[in-house]
Amino acid sequence: MEQFLQQIASGLANGAIYACVALALVMIYVSTDHINFAQGEMAMFSTYISWQLMTWGVSFWFAFVLAVVFSFVLGVVIERAILRPLHNAPVLSIVVVFIGLLAICNSVAGAIWSYLIKEFPSPFPKSSFGIAGVIGPHQLGVVIVTLVVLGLLFAFFRYTPLGLAMRAAAQNPQMARLVGVRVDWMLALGWGLAAAVGAVAGIMVAHIVYLDPNMMGGILLYAFASALVGGIGNPGGAVVGGFIVGVLENMVAYAGNQIEKATGIYIIGNGEKLTVALIIVITVLTVKPAGLFGRVVVKRV
Amino acid sequence: MAALLEVKGLKAFYGQTQSLYDVGFEIPDGGITTLLGANGAGKTTTLRAICNMVRTDGTIRFAGKDIAGQATEEIVRLRIAHVPEGRGTFTTLTVDENLRIAAYTRRDKAAVHADLERVFGYFPRLKERIQQQAGTLSGGEQQMLAIARALMLKPRLMLRDEPSFGLAPLIVQEIFRILRRINEDDKVSILLVEQNAALALDLATHAYVLETGRVVMSGPSSVVKNDENVRKSYLGY
Repeated sequence: MEQFLQQIASGLANGAIYACVALALVMIYVSTDHINFAQGEMAMFSTYISWQLMTWGVSFWFAFVLAVVFSFVLGVVIERAILRPLHNAPVLSIVVVFIGLLAICNSVAGAIWSYLIKEFPSPFPKSSFGIAGVIGPHQLGVVIVTLVVLGLLFAFFRYTPLGLAMRAAAQNPQMARLVGVRVDWMLALGWGLAAAVGAVAGIMVAHIVYLDPNMMGGILLYAFASALVGGIGNPGGAVVGGFIVGVLENMVAYAGNQIEKATGIYIIGNGEKLTVALIIVITVLTVKPAGLFGRVVVKRV
Repeated sequence: MAALLEVKGLKAFYGQTQSLYDVGFEIPDGGITTLLGANGAGKTTTLRAICNMVRTDGTIRFAGKDIAGQATEEIVRLRIAHVPEGRGTFTTLTVDENLRIAAYTRRDKAAVHADLERVFGYFPRLKERIQQQAGTLSGGEQQMLAIARALMLKPRLMLRDEPSFGLAPLIVQEIFRILRRINEDDKVSILLVEQNAALALDLATHAYVLETGRVVMSGPSSVVKNDENVRKSYLGY
């Protein structure tokens, strides 16, 4: 029983990370209809920035804030400098740019900081944080931090004029221009926010997966699965999808272990977790392409 | 009366296709002007051209200032409210959010609040539906919301495309009554594009007739109304 609860708790912690990256993907998707394949690598790069600051003696939380702000600026600059000129380019050109960005982030990080795997600190106190035997201090901390960040984002989009303008620009850019919203800047701002949320995920997960230039590869896949489960155009759905995928992958592996213990037959275990994510992607796309919370888009012809 | 909007030699293009050739007209400050013409004559394109939503060439002066070539959102900030054909609303946002985003560019918060109350005076139905998503409103309510949205910009000029589009005659009458009140009480000049020429000519003080991207006739509504060609082609008697 305790092991079962542990698996759920760590599933929630992983899910919080997936939720953040999934939300970053969805934020860009709703306003541009593109999936930013470089989202994970951008987050990885931000995580290295925070690590570099910490090795220079900056405290964890200060480095965290600086890295998130840096990511925001980087996101805005990438949109303005690289994607703006491709505004009317065909989808394939943009996909190629995303893959290029992915490769650039990865190799630049490798060139600066090397591909050696590094330890990454946890900011959460070891003792008296978490619930003994169920959830560790870092896992609990990750869930809390991501929930706070997601809550802030929700409040921003729901209650501020700028957040409203960003939603309007995403829903109907032409109409948004007609009420005076500077749609181009809203897009850049969306990129900045997505990059910032990604950075939060990267810095939170680095203690668990260790720091290396390829750390976000698998996580991006999980995040993509999460976004699809929730409905790719639905930010709230992406967050819920993240937690579902996080818990589900642990449950599948746990069930596999129990079966192996009882019968001695190995069907599925921890090694196949990533496969679970891919199965989720394929199942959602074939069975319920709009996702759990997505709307089926009907086009009037 | 000085001209609020002055358009000269306006051309517009969709890709390689030219749809306006030489459109020129003036909108007097405080008046209602209508553009008449058959389908494809270039009425909607003219409105879109004023807001730089198509590729254009020519002179467009608003309140004495050249605005040709400026970005749509900057033109809107001069308080030109364009209500496009069909449903000019954000369908997934609530009525409340639609009205708030419409006043996004304004900094005079107290006046925005007063305008909101006035808009609810025109359209009490919208107040009842304030938390509803705009896409779930009826066609008439969406038209009301589109006009309310335009008013929240505190416009000097309203460009109104086909307000009768897809609506029952009674609701159309109500919409036109409100357009007249907006013009008289709020001193908003209106450029109206409307298929229903009889209604448009009743409301407007001036009329221009477009044919295949050119102005072929213009004058006070009372004169245009009695022109034989206009009667035969657009009024049907």
